[in-house]
Amino acid sequence: MFEQSISTLAQKLRDKEVSSVELTRLFLDRIKTIDPQLNSFITVSDELALQQAKAADTLLANGNATSLTGIPIAHKDLFCTQGTLTTCGSNILNNFIPPYESTVTSRFQQAGAVMLGKTNMDEFAMGSSNENSFYGAVKNPWDLNKVPGGSSGGSAAAVSAGLAVAATGTDTGGSIRQPASFCGITGLKPTYGRVSRFGMIAYASSLDQGGPMAKSAEDCAHLMQAMGGFDDKDSTSSETPNDDYLTNLNAPLTGLTIGLPKEYFGEGLDSKVADTINTAVKEFEKLGATIKDVSLPNLQLSIPAYYVIAPSEASSNLSRFDGVRFGHRCENPKDLMDMYTRSRAEGFGREVQKRIMVGTYALSEGYYDAYYLKAQKIRRLIKEDFVNALKEVDVIMGPVAPTTAFGLGSKTSDPVAMYLEDIYTLSVNLAGIPAMSVPAGFVDGMPVGLQIMGDYFAEAKLLNIAHQYQQHTDWHLQTPDLAKGAQA
Amino acid sequence: MSIDKQDVQKIAHLARLALTEEDADQYQHSLSSVLSLVEQMQSVNTDGVEPLSNPLEMTQRLREDKVTEENRRDAFLANAPKTDAGLFLVPQVIE
Repeated sequence: MFEQSISTLAQKLRDKEVSSVELTRLFLDRIKTIDPQLNSFITVSDELALQQAKAADTLLANGNATSLTGIPIAHKDLFCTQGTLTTCGSNILNNFIPPYESTVTSRFQQAGAVMLGKTNMDEFAMGSSNENSFYGAVKNPWDLNKVPGGSSGGSAAAVSAGLAVAATGTDTGGSIRQPASFCGITGLKPTYGRVSRFGMIAYASSLDQGGPMAKSAEDCAHLMQAMGGFDDKDSTSSETPNDDYLTNLNAPLTGLTIGLPKEYFGEGLDSKVADTINTAVKEFEKLGATIKDVSLPNLQLSIPAYYVIAPSEASSNLSRFDGVRFGHRCENPKDLMDMYTRSRAEGFGREVQKRIMVGTYALSEGYYDAYYLKAQKIRRLIKEDFVNALKEVDVIMGPVAPTTAFGLGSKTSDPVAMYLEDIYTLSVNLAGIPAMSVPAGFVDGMPVGLQIMGDYFAEAKLLNIAHQYQQHTDWHLQTPDLAKGAQA
Repeated sequence: MSIDKQDVQKIAHLARLALTEEDADQYQHSLSSVLSLVEQMQSVNTDGVEPLSNPLEMTQRLREDKVTEENRRDAFLANAPKTDAGLFLVPQVIE
């Protein structure tokens, strides 16, 4: 039951083959049994989940169900959930019970979905391995000695291990796509402005975007139906109407032009990962697509531009954590300054403090032009690269990450080396375009994700392309032994 | 690009972070390596390139200037470390 698609489960719920309460219990039991090995949840909201499941069963009985009614899902712990602890992976929010609901989670509530709990993540979404969580590292369900990726590593591990039907994630520089790739699931980072950021704890506001993480493109489409669309509570929300992501899933791919950027296949890319991606691309040729070489000449600059823009916006966003209105306050502050500086030093982990300081420096008097403004100019060059390439082709494909999941602790001593791993994902956020990670094979037993990047608001097209691929391959149907109940 | 320990303490002060001597040593190293990484931007010619702050180049949408939120003072105070008489309490600021 745990590995079935949303469409299948929705049908079973409608046919009364299973109730939402039964389905929810099944997933809560799986979390209890399997999650101690993974640490993918920070909070399991069992009571609330069963309440929501009961309500969903009533809706189902009355014939008022959507395709998500009664489906148990999990939310990344940076979506504010009213009355349920929301930590953002940080000690500074270890007691934060939001007084309001994020737009994303509230849309899932309206659709009748059941929330199983809140998933683990790198603190404030800063990281690519999930080792930066105050609540402990998450393990990769395919190999417990490896990282699940980050920052949405808890969501990716939970879906991969069958602890939730699907989950939400957020992606500022690859945080949906890279963990999806490392854990062998399907993830979509939508166009900037497609999914509301209201109630999503901010890391870098001009880059952050929420999106679905699930077993298949079709499941992601179901989630996007609910989570996408204009929200007047988010001043950067796009007024472009939300697409119907399901109707075109079955459109044939004949005539599709796929661009392969040479910069995505150069030095640094693991040769076995490259082989896997090339094989996947050949599969698309069989489905009627033509392949064309394209170039994104400024790709390399996305790393420095990102590591100025994201920390700068973070240093501003995270100034709200001051020990006054919410979150951690140090013991016995001797004055106001002491309270600010100690509360923040005790509350934030090292990576977060480092990025706050990088951003503070980049925005400080005398350095603004050389860092922040320069990075924003380079950001335009990166966007123009994509705009130009997408004039010649319909979508761009390449790897999500240069390697498969790496060992826990293997890169923690050299964070800059870890930054370089984000080379294939950062540029997408800087440009603001949508992109997916789709399971495309395995290297030495670890999953590899194919990245599909498209034009602004082309989510439905990306989901169609990924769905067609998944009709002809079964990489997305593979489940780790741990999920099947075997000891890993 | 490298920075010294004094720079680190100055940045930490601006960022309202209390650092021990030991912390400052570590951050001096890690901040310098990030700043070296971003240094490669300086070799790029960006003359005449407009900075991009919003990827969709949208302008901020304004709303009508009227009160739409209800008063939820108690709910917002519930998360505060210290409150008194409906107010947030902080250490004494004025002697």
